[in-house]
Amino acid sequence: MSTTATPPPTEPDATAAAATKESLPTSGKDFLNRIRTGDLGSLRVLVLLAIVWAIFQSQESRFLSSTNIVNLSLQITAVALISVGVVLVLLLGEIDLSVGAVSGLCSAIVAVLSVKHGWGPVPAILAGLAAGAAIGLFQGVIATRFGIPTFVVTLAGLLIWQGCQLKVLGETGTVNLNPGLLTDLAGKFLSDSVGWIVAIACVAFFAVVTLVGYRRRLASGLSAPPMALIVIRIAAVAIAGLLFTAVANKDRGVPVAVLILLAFVASFDFMTRRTRFGRHIYAVGGNAEAARRAGIAVFRVRVIVFTLASTMAAVGGIMAASRLLAVNQSSGGSDLLLNSIAGPVIAGTSLFGGRGNVWSALLGALVIGSISNGMDLLAYTSATKFIVTGAVLLGAVILDSLARMGRAQSGRV
Amino acid sequence: MAETTPLLELRGITKRFGAVRALNGVDFRVMPGEVVGLVGDNGAGKSTLVKVISGIHPGDDGEYLWEGQKQSVTNPTDATHLGIATVYQDLALCDNLDVVENLYLGQEATTSGLLDEVTMEKKANDLLEELSVTTIQSVRGEVGAMSGGQRQSVAIARSLLGEPKMVILDEPTAALGVQQTAQVLALIKRLKSRGLGVIVISHNLRDVFEVVDRIWVMRLGANGGEFDVNNTSEQEVVSAITGLTGNGQRKTEGTVTQ
Repeated sequence: MSTTATPPPTEPDATAAAATKESLPTSGKDFLNRIRTGDLGSLRVLVLLAIVWAIFQSQESRFLSSTNIVNLSLQITAVALISVGVVLVLLLGEIDLSVGAVSGLCSAIVAVLSVKHGWGPVPAILAGLAAGAAIGLFQGVIATRFGIPTFVVTLAGLLIWQGCQLKVLGETGTVNLNPGLLTDLAGKFLSDSVGWIVAIACVAFFAVVTLVGYRRRLASGLSAPPMALIVIRIAAVAIAGLLFTAVANKDRGVPVAVLILLAFVASFDFMTRRTRFGRHIYAVGGNAEAARRAGIAVFRVRVIVFTLASTMAAVGGIMAASRLLAVNQSSGGSDLLLNSIAGPVIAGTSLFGGRGNVWSALLGALVIGSISNGMDLLAYTSATKFIVTGAVLLGAVILDSLARMGRAQSGRV
Repeated sequence: MAETTPLLELRGITKRFGAVRALNGVDFRVMPGEVVGLVGDNGAGKSTLVKVISGIHPGDDGEYLWEGQKQSVTNPTDATHLGIATVYQDLALCDNLDVVENLYLGQEATTSGLLDEVTMEKKANDLLEELSVTTIQSVRGEVGAMSGGQRQSVAIARSLLGEPKMVILDEPTAALGVQQTAQVLALIKRLKSRGLGVIVISHNLRDVFEVVDRIWVMRLGANGGEFDVNNTSEQEVVSAITGLTGNGQRKTEGTVTQ
């Protein structure tokens, strides 16, 4: 509940209301204004998602079938996990172009260690994650220490880690994973009853946390968001969670991969909103000089964020490998990098730093994944897929820029 | 007022940057609960003097006395520990954060490792109320959406969180409209009524005359005069700034630098 307030008690003119985060729009005009200035970023992406789904469902009735929904959820897991790290980097106003290559290299390390060197799956995974963390630490220190734009450092990284990936994979080029924990990550499903229990527990937990925070604010005599907003939020989470469980149970069940994804997204969301470190990320992204003068170790924040981003890239790479049941020379290549950056931006995380949230990683991946999945069902070529995804990204970036201009117009920098 | 111990007293402060003497034997004094205006032309040494006080550039020679005790202030942390807070001209606020988040930036309240928003928001409300800052409607409003006067109020309020004894304000009314200037000047008066020493650096003599008790004129890196606002005129101060007259012990060897 870091960002809650009611509209000011006095007459809420449009600017003042728009300046107050997390309140219900006071009028239709206010509503449109806030969509324009990006205050309702996640609502915007939900509308976009609904449009995408409606279009594909009208063209192909299998699109919203239970089988395809479960497929879609598995397809987006890897890219969404990578995007979680990308969001943190974007919040700093930086960019990390190496996440795709890092995910490929780290999954190659895991595969080679477990298949060729006989390591157990857990040590192999830990080694892969450690490699990711080390890469991020390296890139973060280089960029911050020498004041090089992260764009360039991570571009160099992209090439280096891709080369390393080819070396690690060696002559065979492809390493097939042995069945076990590694393949189970993306290949296991919860039984129907376990799926229901987990879903209900998650929804209940969310509701309790939200309500407790709300009560605490009320009890302290502070302005709290309107009850209606709380109810809408809890209802939305409950509907999404229970509906997905019901649909998934008609097919293979709730994938374990989805739980892993949600756990990471929720943890990082919690970190960014409720810890000092998370607050400092936003501060550095908003005004690094102000953050420095406030005593924040900007250097440390940057390096940690890049370390986390590469680690999340490794996590995503391992999930991708688990789904493919193999790691090959093109793992982590193709459009993975661009999709993992495009997703959060489409879902409202600003490229200019300081604005956005971790959930945009999930929602953005969902939009891009839906487009890709729907086009596959309709048997479009990847040429069309690229063009459409690119157009959506361009539209989202334009909206982001318009939002910035809208804020500037209403006196917001 | 002369009987009480000055909050801050500088004697013969000299500051050299290489061959350039930015400050040349400057004396300066702030009493508790006194608002002092520091004026002077560009390059007169105002900023350098403030940097010496706030520990950014320690002085080369001279005495730095805080509440009558000799101190060695060599970095900003020393000054902060003494109880000196500085509000810079460019404010250094994060536009994407709200008022509470900005107020507590870098010193967030936590309970068991997590941000304690309720405590911070309550204290922020109390602080703004105490300072009679009524122009900020919601402490959860984004700072980027606020006017210059509101932003200045937030910046000043933030400097008070560390419970300082003296606040240095660098050009607090620059680039503000008439009404917003009035708000900030009113806020400065409330700092004074809390017993804080305040140093106001300003180019705007009208604002200075409205709010300060005493005016120190800097000229060419040295004292250009000291005036009691009740016994002087803008004319006289301007003359001291430009060097036409001066009632202070003027030194002629000062070298212009910024």
